[in-house]
Amino acid sequence: MWPEQVHRELAAAGVRIVGYVPDAGHKRLIELCRADRKMRAVVLTTEEDGIGLAAGAWLGGMKSVLLMQSSGVGNLVNVLGMVQVCRFPLVMIVTMRGEQGEFNPWQVPMGRATPQVLEAMGVSVRRASDAKEVAPLVAEAFRREQAVAVLVSQGVIGIKSFQEQTEQ
Amino acid sequence: MKPTLHRRDVVGFLLRDRKKLLVVAGLGSTAWDITAAGDSPLSFPTWGAMGQAAMLGLGLAVAQPRRRVLVVTGDGEMLMGLGALATIGVQRPANLTVVVIDNERYGETGMQATHTAHRVDLAAVARACGFERARVFSRARELKTLRAMVYGKAGPNLAQVKVVAEKPPLVLPPHDGVVLKERFRAALLADVLAEKL
Repeated sequence: MWPEQVHRELAAAGVRIVGYVPDAGHKRLIELCRADRKMRAVVLTTEEDGIGLAAGAWLGGMKSVLLMQSSGVGNLVNVLGMVQVCRFPLVMIVTMRGEQGEFNPWQVPMGRATPQVLEAMGVSVRRASDAKEVAPLVAEAFRREQAVAVLVSQGVIGIKSFQEQTEQ
Repeated sequence: MKPTLHRRDVVGFLLRDRKKLLVVAGLGSTAWDITAAGDSPLSFPTWGAMGQAAMLGLGLAVAQPRRRVLVVTGDGEMLMGLGALATIGVQRPANLTVVVIDNERYGETGMQATHTAHRVDLAAVARACGFERARVFSRARELKTLRAMVYGKAGPNLAQVKVVAEKPPLVLPPHDGVVLKERFRAALLADVLAEKL
């Protein structure tokens, strides 16, 4: 399972802070991080607060990761300017909405714009179209020490309806 | 009640003999205030990312639990990131104090009124979010209590300091983001390493 593999990579990279706004696609990874005594899970009220959290942690010598869904990328735009101008390292794992099997048309515009929005603000975008690609891309993102977003395709997560989501 | 405190006096008093205090400042006037008090590698003044000063303080406080962390920001900057107060209330970093220098104005854009001019009470918001201490300061005689909060009281703490709406002379910090980040890490991490040896 990709969440277990990603959790192992986060631990190997020395991640101590996990900032997130919950997403169904991140459910398992969030549980693994919360259960890990070496990691501090920080629930955010909006994704942009994760940028301040990650930057502050880096100033203090601590590594972090941010988890969000694609709609949250829209909330990051202005504050990513700080990441770019200060060259803060930043790893974000973004579960995609508005793609294969999406049941909510309101998710489509931000899902479609997600890669361009990130690239416009200087964040490198890596795409995992298959479950086995996620963990290696996360590991590589930490080695880069730059701003990187790993996008996890909706096909990997495979939520197709409200019904299926409530049954999780 | 008309404010009588002057922002530079308040910030100068808090940062005098600052010991090992780590300082983050919100963009605009509070960044100029901490610089007027004396620039330091252990200060991180922001020039953008409005609304993120308190979250920068939270990340730093979590990463360095043995150091006192002070966020100095304005009322407009704090109002843009009110959710951060809820997150700090949940995380409860004991070493973090947020000081809001409240002139009830957007100082960099023409001194337009903020919500605090219309009775929005940021200290009450912080208390409702679970801060350990949160109150309004408006008198010179209270500044010793404020300083004790910053340097010693278990937090998270928030002080909303009512100040005169004025525009003191600009005192600008370095604006190269990489310089600000690297000098902070170099000074802090060398210091932390020295303490371990």
